[in-house]
Amino acid sequence: MDHSKIWLTIIQALLFAISAPLFVGITRWVKCQLQNRTAPSVWQPYWSLNKLFHKEVLTATTTSILFRIVPFLVFSITLVIAATIPLFIINATGSTFADVIVIIGLFALIRFLLALAGMDTGTAFGGMGASREMFVSSIAEPAMAMALFAVAMMAGSTNLANIISHLTTYNLYFSPSLILAAFGMVLVALAETGRIPVDNPTAHLELTMIHEAMILEYSGRYLALIEWSSAIKLMLYAALINNIFFPWGIAHDLIWDDVGIGICAFFCKMVVLAVALGFAEVSLAKLRLFRVPNLLGVAFIFGLLAVLIQIIGIN
Amino acid sequence: MNLFYALIAALASSLLALVLHSLPRIQKIVTFSLLGVSGFFAVATGLVALLLSQHLSFELISTLPNLIWRLKLDPLASFFLIVVGIIVISVSFYGPGYVSGSNQKQSSLTSMYFFTGLFVGSMYLVLFAADVITFMVAWELMSISSYFLVIHHYEQPANRRAALIYFLMAQASGLFILFAFSILIKFTGSMSFAVWHGVSLTANMAHLAFFIALIGFGMKAGVVPLHVWLPKAHPAAPSHISALMSGVMLKVAVYGLIRFTFELLPNIYWQWGAVTLFIGTVSALFGMLYALVQRDLKKVLAYSSVKNIGIIFSALGLSLIFKSLSQPLLAALGLIAALYHSLNHALFKSLLFFGAGVINNLGHERDLERMGGLIKKMPHTAWYFLIGCISISALPPFSGFVSEWLFFQTAIQAPLLENEIMRALVSVAAAIIALTSALAAACFVKVYGVAFLGQPRSLRIQEAHDPDWGMRLAMGFLALLCLLFGILPTFTISALNIVSEQLIKTQLPPTESWLRLVPINSKTSSYGAPLIGVGIVVISIATYYLLHLSYKRAKIKGVKPWDCGYGGINQRMQYSALAFAMPIRRIFFDFFLPQGKIEKDIDRINYSIHINDLILQYIYLPLERLSFLFAKRLAYLQSGNVRVYLTYIFITLILLLWTTAKFG
Repeated sequence: MDHSKIWLTIIQALLFAISAPLFVGITRWVKCQLQNRTAPSVWQPYWSLNKLFHKEVLTATTTSILFRIVPFLVFSITLVIAATIPLFIINATGSTFADVIVIIGLFALIRFLLALAGMDTGTAFGGMGASREMFVSSIAEPAMAMALFAVAMMAGSTNLANIISHLTTYNLYFSPSLILAAFGMVLVALAETGRIPVDNPTAHLELTMIHEAMILEYSGRYLALIEWSSAIKLMLYAALINNIFFPWGIAHDLIWDDVGIGICAFFCKMVVLAVALGFAEVSLAKLRLFRVPNLLGVAFIFGLLAVLIQIIGIN
Repeated sequence: MNLFYALIAALASSLLALVLHSLPRIQKIVTFSLLGVSGFFAVATGLVALLLSQHLSFELISTLPNLIWRLKLDPLASFFLIVVGIIVISVSFYGPGYVSGSNQKQSSLTSMYFFTGLFVGSMYLVLFAADVITFMVAWELMSISSYFLVIHHYEQPANRRAALIYFLMAQASGLFILFAFSILIKFTGSMSFAVWHGVSLTANMAHLAFFIALIGFGMKAGVVPLHVWLPKAHPAAPSHISALMSGVMLKVAVYGLIRFTFELLPNIYWQWGAVTLFIGTVSALFGMLYALVQRDLKKVLAYSSVKNIGIIFSALGLSLIFKSLSQPLLAALGLIAALYHSLNHALFKSLLFFGAGVINNLGHERDLERMGGLIKKMPHTAWYFLIGCISISALPPFSGFVSEWLFFQTAIQAPLLENEIMRALVSVAAAIIALTSALAAACFVKVYGVAFLGQPRSLRIQEAHDPDWGMRLAMGFLALLCLLFGILPTFTISALNIVSEQLIKTQLPPTESWLRLVPINSKTSSYGAPLIGVGIVVISIATYYLLHLSYKRAKIKGVKPWDCGYGGINQRMQYSALAFAMPIRRIFFDFFLPQGKIEKDIDRINYSIHINDLILQYIYLPLERLSFLFAKRLAYLQSGNVRVYLTYIFITLILLLWTTAKFG
């Protein structure tokens, strides 16, 4: 372990945290343009977070101390994941501490804690949100596992850095198994980050919410932390998809030219994804809750097919 | 360290319980202390023997001719001895408080102490056994003593039935195991395990022996479809006994299977691995789905044991597959995953059963639907229980995650297999285990959220409070171990390597540093549990202080929860356990076939859902009816006339003589 790599890991995590609201802002901006509305500035999420941080915190009297610990844990786990996913450079130290299975596990831990916080409010909405979130994730999580297992088997490694460098070295961009896995992963990412068609981040009616119902009782800086973590989470999924399935231009080592290209490429790809997400959100309708398993079932089957093609194909 | 100390202490605890019957207070203290001492000796003996990789053997000459009790302690047995010992130690701290809180008659307490000591002693003896006679005697002693513990609350008819089913299946399991042993006895002419090494069996005989042993040990371990006794017997027993049964006794069955397959049988065939993997996966999925829909806390835990045993069997299956196809490194990885999960499951399942026992004792409730808000009433128990819930849901950085991570690491190496069908089978199994892990998280969010969070749903539960120091210590001890085995896996792996060396003659490569767990090589995968754990804690605390210092003026105020402006929110409006599991119950409808019932009363409408174990309903109950039918027919033979009976005896004698003359 040399020091530059450790610093690189920390810098990557901080970059994730700082740029995540921008990604959300761009997505919202694209949506507004498509819906012919006047768009707020792409920096709006930062102002919103700032406002929330300054606000008074109201917590329900029914809650316990767990409710007040969860936002901090959620935020820090999100940062830990951010430190382990390669952003624009592959060989940073972070990825050797957490492979894809650990990343799936950490995402599950975040969800587990948020669902408990939802149950802690002792209201119907909190429980409803928690129940639905766990229900959606109980299918989404294995689907994600399958999609990532497919690429892991392809590279013979679960280490994200090794997976990406294997895929870039052998130019495996268009193998059928990778395309199926990418499809599965995109569907899972939509479900896990609470986007349309699974959940609507801008829902106003409590009864239709999933993720928002779970965090309904949060306010002030607690809400700010959770909103910020959600933004980072969205960006983490985007980065996973970008860097595994479209790893063009990513830098391998700390060589300044490559890193420059890597940052540019990463930024462009993220903008493309944000635009695509905006398009998808505008053109799709939210699914009924009990249609969601069908969608995620498709993702699961895609992932499984990707694995099967991968392991039956080799010889 | 002498291996008899643990045994003697356990038996002394059992016998002194009888002697001290008339002195209840002293009896309680003495029996549980002796149990604790025996657990301590078990852990110490096991640790020494495991780390020094000792093979100790003893022979006890008995008074009967030709009967020698052969005992042995090798790394495999030592590892399981440590697992048993840890749980026995925690039981010895938990037990006194639990027993005092349960108001029972002195006579039934004495019998419980007696059989607890016997049960623990017999489990040690199963691990020590080095020949068929010792093994079977210890095994039967274990089954019988635990039967008396299951029937402890015999006043309730449901418990008597549970105990009967348990007894029948335990006996059947013993018979199957004996049958499997007898095949090897026939080929070697010896009862001693040591002689069985290198016996040459034909493939068919080996298959027969393995599959019969799989049924026998699987029945005791509670794999689907042989699990039906488990969700009945474990909830019926007192909570510390449930912890022993679920946490440890199931592991003793796993030990038996490992011993028989990896050591006693000469070869391993890939079909065995495939079948074990299949059974394990089915058990994991089935157990998890049924755990999700239960409302009795102890039943949730019992079904979740079926799930965890499923994971252990799946990992064993992988190990068998890789071993038979000459991939010893991956076979070692699978075996270590199975052993590690056995240890982890013992820890968190005992912890959770202890928690359930506390709620049962001090809140007088087992039904999730009437719990709620316990985190405010019993904060200590609540935090320990939370650690148990996170561990059992296989979430990092706690212990359950490490073993499932090892399992997935093994499964992901499927492309190395030469057989394409095996590759596909292994991947599908990995997919299903991933599904069960996600369902486990949903299940334990439900359990914890409904029981400990929110508001109390009944009056009784409002009076609950934290238990005495002994019970808290027991739970805290196990919670701490859940954390330690989760964030420091490298030390455990290097100890488990010794077992793997004994059974597979292969070790995982030595770890470079305790910071990172590297099972195969650093290119394949690594998991830096300590850093992740520390990172989460440090960043949380840093964020907390940063925010509270920067935004001092933003106060924290308690208000009523959001009620859409209608007001009048009460605890009955919380999400219930039934409602929480509803979406999952709906998509897995075919697994449950739930029967909803709506009853209209004068002033209210009752809605209830009944979910029966489909395997119990469609396989075991028809079998029961069939056997009753058959028994009724046979009853005609019993006329009550002595002369007729004499005729039967005579006919039997003739038949036996004829068979002996013809075949003997």
